[in-house]
Amino acid sequence: MSIFSPTDLDAIGLSARVALVATLVSLPFGFAMAYVMTFRRFRGKVLLEVAVNLPLTLPPVVIGYLLLLLLGKNGWLGHLLAQAGIRLIFTWQAAVVASAVVGFPLLVRSIRIGMESIDQRLIHASRTLGARWYDTLFTVIVPLSLQGILAGSSLMFARSLGEFGATIIVAGNIPGVTQTIPLAIFDYASSPGGERMALALCMTAIVLSLLVLFLHEHFGRKLARRD
Amino acid sequence: MELQMGVSKSYGPFRLDADFSVKGDRVGIFGESGSGKSTLIGMLAGLVEPDDGTICLDGETLYSRSAGVAIPTERRRIAMVFQQPSLFPHLSVRNNLLYGYRRCAPQHRRVEFEPLVQVLKLEGLLDRGVNNLSGGEQQRVAIGRAVLASPRLLVMDEPLSALDDALKFQIIPYLTGVCGRFGIPFLFISHSLLEMRLMTDTVLMFDKGRLVEQGNADELARRRMGLGQVGYINLLRLGRPAVSNGLHTFVWGDRQLFISAAPKSEAGLYELSSRDIILFKQHPEAISARNLLKGRVVTTFESGGKTGVELECGGDRLIAEVVHEAAVELDIRPGGELYAAIKASAFRPLG
Repeated sequence: MSIFSPTDLDAIGLSARVALVATLVSLPFGFAMAYVMTFRRFRGKVLLEVAVNLPLTLPPVVIGYLLLLLLGKNGWLGHLLAQAGIRLIFTWQAAVVASAVVGFPLLVRSIRIGMESIDQRLIHASRTLGARWYDTLFTVIVPLSLQGILAGSSLMFARSLGEFGATIIVAGNIPGVTQTIPLAIFDYASSPGGERMALALCMTAIVLSLLVLFLHEHFGRKLARRD
Repeated sequence: MELQMGVSKSYGPFRLDADFSVKGDRVGIFGESGSGKSTLIGMLAGLVEPDDGTICLDGETLYSRSAGVAIPTERRRIAMVFQQPSLFPHLSVRNNLLYGYRRCAPQHRRVEFEPLVQVLKLEGLLDRGVNNLSGGEQQRVAIGRAVLASPRLLVMDEPLSALDDALKFQIIPYLTGVCGRFGIPFLFISHSLLEMRLMTDTVLMFDKGRLVEQGNADELARRRMGLGQVGYINLLRLGRPAVSNGLHTFVWGDRQLFISAAPKSEAGLYELSSRDIILFKQHPEAISARNLLKGRVVTTFESGGKTGVELECGGDRLIAEVVHEAAVELDIRPGGELYAAIKASAFRPLG
């Protein structure tokens, strides 16, 4: 017999889903951003860098509020989406957007560290051997950034699992719909007699995090061995 | 191969101004570090954009600022071998070798995999990763990878500098062998005059971003004889020795040479500085040096306040170096006869 109620199980499932989708959706953008930051020179690079890293330093609640302004009914993007018949606010997809924005700098940073460690001469060698830039990208840069991609994805996944401040503002805290583990813990912790359940969900969060870390170690070692 | 470059590039206070035209299949670019060699070949390969100028290879314009031409690196078909092997760490030896081959249009392919692997003796390594190869093996793979791309020009940027002496002279025959065998012209960049003499026919000498001399490597070595600490280096390929009484005896032309140090390989390549040869007008009565060679003066030349004396000894040539006073005292002139004394320990084995 599970100690978890159906809404708790929903929260666990939703957390995993939100984290996974946020990570997968962000990955191509994060990779592209890291590539641009590492290998391209252009005006305004510093500004872009600051913009990408901003969510790292802003309180998540601020990010959530800004997203609410942007995606809400009267928001610039929300207005456009509403015209297309899409409502994002207070759905699990909004939680994905919140997690993606908050975790994005971590993803970009990790991939960038991986890319920056690639010897420039390997890229030169590849080009002089007849590879176009996208050929070099897929045959040299991607394979040699795998460790960074893996580290970034794990970090982002773990960060998304724990996302609270931005999520509660744009997705709300609707049990069974947008309530993730941290939001459920918040509910239990603030209601009398909820300590046991709060602790049980805490344990779940710890187990999920450990799982991510072990998987990261496992694949990281495999990659390192291959080199 | 015919290359014309008239390019300039500035990095802060450093300015490279190259304007030259060179023909040949074994061309060297010689200069101290910081003379702009690497920038020059970076521009040739399309990895560095010149500030201004034109680059033409075999009649094709690769770059021209005024005509707005800049052929991208991957279409120039100029392969490179760097100081570090720079092999792709995630690929096996085979896939490293085939990287350029697979990207070369079939009509340009002149080098095939199997013969190349044989020439470079890589048969046993093909399925290994590149990270646990020795330094020499890695550099051989790097050479093979570049050659298999069937480039119209192979640029080698200090390919031997990271190797120790013994390895260096093991790699040189591979380099010259593979380029000769498959008919690939090369541009060899180095700060070592010795490597230039072993690898190239024509040398462009750069200093502080400018071309200062153009000629063959041996002429260059003669002109620089009196300038450095080492003098002119005579290179001798002596083959296999006989050993007696702790000395290695080599046949050299119709003479014998007695040398203390054992050769490092079958080629028996030795160097002998022009400063380690003592010249006598007459046959000395008794002498401790083990080699006393009678020779005829072919020519003399001046360098850095010293006189270089080219001697013909039994069909081979040696260059000795004396101060002016000695040249006058011994009345050294072309056609005259001299005795050259060389200690057995003066010969240094290279490879």
